[in-house]
Amino acid sequence: MTPELGNFALALACCLAAGQAVLPMVGARRRDPRLMALAPALAIGQLLALLYSFACLIHSAIQDDFSVQNVAANSAVAKPLLYKITGVWGNHEGSVLLWALILGLCGGAVALFGRDLPSALRARVIAVLGGVSAGFQLFCLTTSNPFDRVWPAPMDGQGMNPLLQDPGLAFHPPILYTGYVGFAVPFAFAVAALIEGRVDAAWGRWVRPWAVAAWCFLTCGIALGSWWSYYVLGWGGYWFWDPVENASLIPWLTGTALVHSAIVVEKREALKIWTVLLAIGTFSFSLSGTFLVRSGILNSVHAFANDPARGIFILGLLGLVIGGSLLLFAIRAPQLAAGGVFAPVSREGLLVLNNILLCSICAVVLTGTMYPPFMSLLFGKTISVGKPFFDATAAPMAIPLMAFMGLGPMMPWKRAQLWPVLRRLWWAGAVTVLAFAFAAWRVRDLLPLLAATGAVWVIASSIADIAERIRLFRIPVGASWQRARMLPRAALGAALAHAGVGVSVLGLAAMSQAQHRIVEVHIGQTEMLAGDSWTLTEVRAAPGPNYTALIATIEVRHDGHLVTVLHPAKRTFASQNQTTTEVAIHTNLMSDLYGVLGDRHDNGAETTYVLRLHYNPLAPWMWLGGLIMALGGVLSLSDRRMRVGAPRRAAAAGLVATS
Amino acid sequence: MTRKSRRLWLVGGCLIGLGTATALTLSAFSSNIVFFMAPSQVHAHPPAADRTIRLGGMVVAGSVRQQKNGDTPVNQFNVTDGQDAVTVRYEGILPDLFREGQSVVAIGTVLADGSFRASEVLAKHDETYMPKEVAEALRRSGKWDPRYGKAPDAASWNAMTTSATGQDKAASQHGS
Repeated sequence: MTPELGNFALALACCLAAGQAVLPMVGARRRDPRLMALAPALAIGQLLALLYSFACLIHSAIQDDFSVQNVAANSAVAKPLLYKITGVWGNHEGSVLLWALILGLCGGAVALFGRDLPSALRARVIAVLGGVSAGFQLFCLTTSNPFDRVWPAPMDGQGMNPLLQDPGLAFHPPILYTGYVGFAVPFAFAVAALIEGRVDAAWGRWVRPWAVAAWCFLTCGIALGSWWSYYVLGWGGYWFWDPVENASLIPWLTGTALVHSAIVVEKREALKIWTVLLAIGTFSFSLSGTFLVRSGILNSVHAFANDPARGIFILGLLGLVIGGSLLLFAIRAPQLAAGGVFAPVSREGLLVLNNILLCSICAVVLTGTMYPPFMSLLFGKTISVGKPFFDATAAPMAIPLMAFMGLGPMMPWKRAQLWPVLRRLWWAGAVTVLAFAFAAWRVRDLLPLLAATGAVWVIASSIADIAERIRLFRIPVGASWQRARMLPRAALGAALAHAGVGVSVLGLAAMSQAQHRIVEVHIGQTEMLAGDSWTLTEVRAAPGPNYTALIATIEVRHDGHLVTVLHPAKRTFASQNQTTTEVAIHTNLMSDLYGVLGDRHDNGAETTYVLRLHYNPLAPWMWLGGLIMALGGVLSLSDRRMRVGAPRRAAAAGLVATS
Repeated sequence: MTRKSRRLWLVGGCLIGLGTATALTLSAFSSNIVFFMAPSQVHAHPPAADRTIRLGGMVVAGSVRQQKNGDTPVNQFNVTDGQDAVTVRYEGILPDLFREGQSVVAIGTVLADGSFRASEVLAKHDETYMPKEVAEALRRSGKWDPRYGKAPDAASWNAMTTSATGQDKAASQHGS
């Protein structure tokens, strides 16, 4: 019964979403307050129906209702409870429902928190979100219904891929999806503004918190995914330039550009058309990212559905959403009033440069990702584009980006002089030169050297920015502290986010100097790596809940002192006839010691084990930096300016006839 | 600063950004694209020694050997597309899903003696799944055509000769 209720709730949500797409839009056009007031009510109703539907699916999974096809294919009685719940979104059907639920949450959030918005704009934004929701829910109902029954019901489910049975992966999809789907709100704002025919400073101020929030989630999602592949896949790698990873990086790049260009709209009413295009583009890339994953166009380890009917449906949905919004953009964008004027050397100028560089990197990543499938589609040639390509293209453009990142926040608006800004950054420059000298002594390769230097520059100049604002050491410390407390949170958040980029890049640069050895040892044998001695002391077998494990004990010593004891393991899952590698990692935040247990060889009397030992300097910084970036975003979201007293539209300035 | 000159600056900046991106992409495409090759293609047109390729096919059953180079273990196995086989050497731990008689993709370079030195070996997450590029190579080698049903038993690939066909029962039972 529960699955049928869930199915019914999903269908109900789809109907409500369709109503939400049409009625408020008509109301906004006819200036009918009653129709416009329907928007929030419908959005909340849709959200409640979706929540109920999702709860039904979770209930079926917990109850081991194997008459539900989705549960039978992905769950099993022996699976731990946590993974029964998280397994709900570890497969195609469930993840589409999760996607729809998050979109519903976005609509609900606009309905609840968007009370300050003009009623016509709010009605249109919610209507656009409703339209996208209706499309996705229809996709879910017709081609990938998670509530489909199977008859006869099997006694036990087939179980989940053991690789997915991991806490990191359990929470990665919801966070990543919230990032992807969150960009639907700036998209809806952009489409609503195009329909209305006006974009002004107030629009920039309304759209920015939503873009920042989505960006925070996407940043966390990408960092979490990278961390997962680092400690689960056991290759010591953290980013594989896999198509699925690139599909999340591309909207992140344009989303970062959007977060910055929206500032220019808010402060200076410039770059309006460009910002609208970025908002449309970012959500389009998010949608295409899902499409590429789900349709299996891009061969990837992540793909779990290869069904042409779904592909065609999604392709149609994509064409409708992306093509429709771009068509609207082409018709309406020329009518938007041009904005403020600024000199090339100014805050706006540097923000434009940031946008150009981010979009160029995005174009390169997009080309590298799409080239192989197009070559195989058009010419039947099988090629692949991997890490060397992206290292040679994306990295050289990231270095000027970091160089200008340090200058940007200190640059005055409209018209600026370069020299006073540089003079205020003198000590950050000095630190950077010292860092360059130190790095040049330790690192031989050019790219990591420049990246590390750039990272230090970004961190130092972010600190310099805040120190300058509170006049540290130039006025008494107490007065500085007073100034620091009065500082807008947005400025602190921006500095923190920039420093986070620096921390991540330092981690990436240091990881290029990682060392590893693959050795075959017998018990008691000691091997040296990066100044530590690693000794395999014991290997024993141990049973687990639904697997058997082989656990090794490795003692790592430095100058005779015990540093840590690692327990890497291999698990064999009988039900799937599959083995997984459990990596052992010891971290002291400055470096990771990373051990992997490989094959066991019995050659005659002696038994030997293959071990893979890694020394990864600054590895945790890569993900820590992502966390710091997201924290910076949260800090600037908490700025009073983002919430209170903001939304006053300029009376008639820049008004374009609203048709 | 007039509107016109601002536009000029913007267009100039965009051109420089996109120009750099295009130049970097083209130069990287010329040296960093990795082509997929089946063993018979490697024999027919051996790639240059510094060129990284993806070699794909089936692991010949019974060909996997472990050797030691000092303390470093070296895995050696043969990869075949039913027409030709290439010996692959790989220093490292083979992935969890690596099996004899199943499909595999190795990334690395061809040495002067015709053997393949792999820097990475990929076996897919699902053991019934064959990488698209491997399936395509097998179809081209004439051993199996997707239009005529399922792929033959993977374990039989090493027993095939050029004259045998994918439907040959005797051959497919030999290896399994």
